[in-house]
Amino acid sequence: MLYVENLRKGFHDDTRATRVMAVDDVTFTVEEGQFFTLLGPSGCGKTTTLRCIAGLESPDSGEIRVGDRVLYSGAKRISVDSNDRNLGMVFQSYAIWPHMNVFENVAFPLKVGKRRRTPKKEVTERVERALEVVELGHLAGRYATKLSGGQQQRLALARALVIEPALLLLDEPLSNLDAKLRDSLRFELKRLQREQGITTVYVTHDQSEALSMSNSIAVMQDGKVSQLGDPFSIYLNPQNAFVADFVGSTNFLDGTVTGQDADGWVVETADGPVTVGTVVGVTAGDRCIVSIRPEHIEVQTDVSGVGRNVFTGTIDVRAFTGESMAYQVKLGSGRLSCKTPAAQRLQSGKPISLYVPPEHAIALAPGSAVAEARSA
Amino acid sequence: MTQVLERPLAAGQQVHARPRLGRQALVQYVIAAVVVVILGYLVLSPLVYLVWRGLTTGEGLSLSNIAAAYSVSGTPTMVMNSFLFAFGSAAVSVVSGTALAFFCVRTNAPMKPLLYAASLIPLIVPGILFTISWVFLLSDDIGLINVVLRNMGLGFLHVDAFSMPGMILIDGMHQAPLVFLLMFAAFRATDPALEESALMSGAGIGSVIRKVTLPLVRPALLGAILISVVRGLESFETPAVLGIPAGKWVFTSQIFEALRTYPVRYDVASIYSITLLLLTVLGLLAVQKANSRSERYQTISGKGFRPRPMDLGAWRWPVSIVFAIYFVVVVLLPLLMLVWMSLMPFYQSPSAAAAGSITFENYERIFRNASIVGAVKNSAILALASATAVVLFTAVVSWLSLKSKIRGRKIFDLLASVPLAIPGLVLGVALIFIYLRSPLPIYGTLAILFIAYVTRYLPYGIRYTSSSLAQVSAELEDSARMSGSTWWDSFRRVVLPLMMPGIIAGWVYIVVVSIRELSSSILLYSHNTRVMSVTIWELWENGQTGELAALGVVMVAALMVLVAVAQRMGARIGVQDA
Repeated sequence: MLYVENLRKGFHDDTRATRVMAVDDVTFTVEEGQFFTLLGPSGCGKTTTLRCIAGLESPDSGEIRVGDRVLYSGAKRISVDSNDRNLGMVFQSYAIWPHMNVFENVAFPLKVGKRRRTPKKEVTERVERALEVVELGHLAGRYATKLSGGQQQRLALARALVIEPALLLLDEPLSNLDAKLRDSLRFELKRLQREQGITTVYVTHDQSEALSMSNSIAVMQDGKVSQLGDPFSIYLNPQNAFVADFVGSTNFLDGTVTGQDADGWVVETADGPVTVGTVVGVTAGDRCIVSIRPEHIEVQTDVSGVGRNVFTGTIDVRAFTGESMAYQVKLGSGRLSCKTPAAQRLQSGKPISLYVPPEHAIALAPGSAVAEARSA
Repeated sequence: MTQVLERPLAAGQQVHARPRLGRQALVQYVIAAVVVVILGYLVLSPLVYLVWRGLTTGEGLSLSNIAAAYSVSGTPTMVMNSFLFAFGSAAVSVVSGTALAFFCVRTNAPMKPLLYAASLIPLIVPGILFTISWVFLLSDDIGLINVVLRNMGLGFLHVDAFSMPGMILIDGMHQAPLVFLLMFAAFRATDPALEESALMSGAGIGSVIRKVTLPLVRPALLGAILISVVRGLESFETPAVLGIPAGKWVFTSQIFEALRTYPVRYDVASIYSITLLLLTVLGLLAVQKANSRSERYQTISGKGFRPRPMDLGAWRWPVSIVFAIYFVVVVLLPLLMLVWMSLMPFYQSPSAAAAGSITFENYERIFRNASIVGAVKNSAILALASATAVVLFTAVVSWLSLKSKIRGRKIFDLLASVPLAIPGLVLGVALIFIYLRSPLPIYGTLAILFIAYVTRYLPYGIRYTSSSLAQVSAELEDSARMSGSTWWDSFRRVVLPLMMPGIIAGWVYIVVVSIRELSSSILLYSHNTRVMSVTIWELWENGQTGELAALGVVMVAALMVLVAVAQRMGARIGVQDA
């Protein structure tokens, strides 16, 4: 459906001699009807990629196609104007025109450009239908600036959908809303997208949004796609330290791969050996980091049992997060974050042991991004 | 629209240059090209012609015009007088404007509304009317103030309007509101926390003002001084009305004289114009420098704050009495004098006896006089046409310089701002040089005045339109483009409506200044293209003060109504946002 191939886009930066590559050789495909998310920290190039698809930025090279239609091709020297791409887009600020009312905002796309000759009756019908879909029908006559944040967001959606676009582009549409509203609109958006069956590209820096809504996610870093996959593989099988760290929270232990045994690979760390189920990009003899998510660590109050993948330590800090208890545990030299149910409250200073299930531990190549993320 | 070019690229070749333009991007470049041509024509051609005319004689390039112009007798005195006048009036306006602004913003003195009025109204009253009414307040023999002072035995205090001190005083009073507005903004922008922390450090009020408040506004003050000096150099009305009879010549009156008397001295006019232009350009460059330094001093954060007014204590009332006197002298007296003059069949000093001869004859006479009615009509046509042309054109220029992706787009704003540095009289001289012998037969028509007005007021148009366009977020326009609208559709249906408050404010301002315009018009009018300000000048020269005053009263009243309506409307026209 949407094909983005080897897309590059640089910006001129006065402080540097060369162009800064905001999008650096990005390739991905979005299937018909899918919800695809570009996820990454600010400045990773996700919004620039989206704007290149929209035609609001002009790429340096690469190719963008929707179905059989080439929207941009560096090699074939094609660039379709954004107003002729037939794509719907919802902006971060919603970009609701303040001098028009709700109806006029949605009707605008049917009154300009190639659609300017849409018969009046059809305009009314389509606008009303679009407003019904987002449940704003009763507010058609209201001035757009009198709407609440959530209503503005739905209005922007109706305006994008009214042209029946080939593709819906969403640029962090939930980031300007308060947390409660964001959670409910997340499901709302997902439901709408599924009902309308519209292929969607979604940009966000919020990993929980990405995980909960997407069929497929591209995690971006420094203009490149760091990992591409469904939410489960992104979360459970991160292919590098950046993805492991950026998506969800995780613990990192430095170590060296020493060999393989029946359960997996053995990594020697400062606090003893640990067996990991998966290794990515490292082999025996390499330095690596072991990633293990806090919720996968099993907390045991019985400190006598010494076994494989069991670490002993003392609780340094604890915090009550509402749904659970979070702990920082001090090991011999490193420290690990872990969780217990809220009912099981352990005191600070208490000695405990931690079991790291090998199937949830992954050894990854040490990356510079992790060092940055940890020091931040 | 797609544009497919035949030549395929070699495999693996990187395309870094922007290879092709969509039709919409092309539209941008076409518009940009048209705008550059128009701007260049309006702004640069007068300068080029002026310099060309100044540096050539019949035989070719030569410096003989310079020699001729500067050997006119009295030149050194004229140059001296120009600077004396400019610095003198700047001193008057800066001292009074700054003091008033300080008391208005930073103290709890009462009667502040009077000061707002005192700052606004003189900006509406045309300079020529202001100066003429001061003749009747301050001339040696009949000036009302001088008469009163003599009767009170204070004759030694009197100032003659027709002298350098009189010129400086009157011009300075007319410029003071501008300084007031500049300094008002500067005092407002100072974070009171800076003063409060000085107070907390143990400084007294006096040393806080001396060591914190004033140093913080010093760059703004420097800017205000320079602007006042430049305006003093450019000023035409006061030197023409008061300076010529008094024999106190300055650059502007000398240029005017060179073109008015026979034989016409084009060499003198062009060389003095170039000199004046160089001086104003230098002055404005210095202003810019001062402004960029004041940015460094800027203490404005995103948050709005209200300066903490200082308690004047026992000084509250004395200070406000000074306000009241200022208001009476600068605003009320000249206007009342104008009204009085318009009601007299011939001028008599205001007195109970003279009040018996009050008549509306002058008003009847101006409405019956075809040439005056024609001038009113010309002024109206010119003001409406040039204001409309300027705001619509500069709306596009602002878009190009703020929102387009054209490389070097800052040039549009810069070009449109150049006329700020061209004195009105100099622009008039340059346009004479262009159109006197141009195949375009517009010399002596309203069209040449239209060109002059549009050129002069481009900078105002740019300021108003670009500040309102800056408020329109890029996503509002992007979303229109994603909705399928062409550049023109999104400009017309999204960008322009959102710029409307700024466009209307700018339009009104340009209408007002166009109606007041004298220094370009006086060189470019012909017998059937007189405008109101020129008619007032002619009535003054003919000594018809009654008709002059009646026309002046009508003019000021019309301008005040216009400004009031615009302010009322401005509040409503904005985007319907809570």
